[in-house]
Amino acid sequence: MWLLAELTYKCPLQCPYCSNPLDFASHGEELSTAQWVEVFRQARELGAAQLGFSGGEPLVRRDLELLIAEARRLGYYTNLITSGIGLNAARIAAFREAGLDHIQISFQASDEEVNNMLAGSEKAFRQKLAMAREVKAQGYPMVLNFVTHRHNIDRIDRIIELCVELEADYVELATCQYYGWAYENRDALLPTREQLERAERITNEYRARLAAAGNPIRLIFVTPDYYEERPKKCMNGWGEIFLTVTPDGTALPCHSARMLPIEFPNVKQQSIASIWNDSFGFNHFRGDDWMQEPCRSCDEKPKDLGGCRCQAYMMTGDMHATDPVCSKSAHHERILVAREQAEIAYAAEQQSGQLGCGGKLLARNERNSRGYSRDSSQTSPASVHVIARG
Amino acid sequence: MSTSSKGRGMTPRLGNLFRFQWEPAQQCHVLLYPEGMVKLNASAGEILALVDGERSVAQISAELQRKFPDAGDLSADVLEFLEVAREQNWINYVRGN
Repeated sequence: MWLLAELTYKCPLQCPYCSNPLDFASHGEELSTAQWVEVFRQARELGAAQLGFSGGEPLVRRDLELLIAEARRLGYYTNLITSGIGLNAARIAAFREAGLDHIQISFQASDEEVNNMLAGSEKAFRQKLAMAREVKAQGYPMVLNFVTHRHNIDRIDRIIELCVELEADYVELATCQYYGWAYENRDALLPTREQLERAERITNEYRARLAAAGNPIRLIFVTPDYYEERPKKCMNGWGEIFLTVTPDGTALPCHSARMLPIEFPNVKQQSIASIWNDSFGFNHFRGDDWMQEPCRSCDEKPKDLGGCRCQAYMMTGDMHATDPVCSKSAHHERILVAREQAEIAYAAEQQSGQLGCGGKLLARNERNSRGYSRDSSQTSPASVHVIARG
Repeated sequence: MSTSSKGRGMTPRLGNLFRFQWEPAQQCHVLLYPEGMVKLNASAGEILALVDGERSVAQISAELQRKFPDAGDLSADVLEFLEVAREQNWINYVRGN
């Protein structure tokens, strides 16, 4: 089992592809230190070996050192998934002391200007570089994560070179997945097929070259399912491996699942064992009894289990539907339209000479989030216009 | 012949991306690394449990031989597994060997 602890929704950055729920600002109070430790203890008893500290920005939590120490004492492999903002050498050392095993730093782009505009912060890029160097200097394994999209994917060579220079052990070139904020910003983020194929080809060339040079760096290229004809097996199977606990204690089979019209259990009311084994939320999409046609009679259903439930819900309004990524889906047309829109927008951006983010991007911040509050009468979120020069 | 005799004097240690431990829930040894886990079979677990950056390959084989006196000559199996482990970057060899 893999436990993802989303310690807080607070974050100093405003990435327009954040996977947090749109209405994060209206969620309840964060779990206390003691409540988190109890979650770790129970999940470990059930066999969880990997623990990710995530958010929002987990560094915002003052008790992070303590949580790391407790998790390590319980036998977890502990992963800190951070933007690097709020990190410094002393804190990196304190985490090491507490037993932290690995640090993953996310970047928005390979160059300062695009990175900072996407992150909504002036100083983010330099801070990330400095912290990546410090993480390696202190002997940690380091993963660098780049979320790629239409506005940075053409610079994949520079991204890879930066990662090599920073001596990353693993690099996740993760094509943006369109949930949460990224779904709202999809038309401004989705790359074209040509962009993707080029990026994958260049990544493969670097892999071969780096391996030949004896460089142990591992490049992991995550393709977006929008350019597939079959959906991905969501979370490697619903309720099979993955458990997310959100800042207020809601337990989810996937970090996006909160958007679904399901009442998910909370660790404040139920034990992790009963959540995992007995709750409606975790059992509902286990196996394939829930499926409709064309999934139900499809001979490929064991491979993808009908795809992503969130994607089905967002694009069809029915969380039991076939993931529209599948070419057998009655709604596959919606994926084709998104691909076409990417082509049109890309052409327009090329023509206008703007290599960067021409288009409206909705920044992930508290103000915009309040616009999505389920019980809010506030006005809809304001878009920010972001243009980066190439 | 020369490769294996050279191999036996070398000292393996765990790669710095990996943590080796016993998982009670799985009832097996595992290697944990950033966001992943390798489950080890019993013999791989026994071998890696002795990899500490101090014991040579020959010493590891000898120790396993003492622990499992009926298993026959284990040294070829140990070398073979360690070669796989090195290819996977689970282990590397201490310099100066």
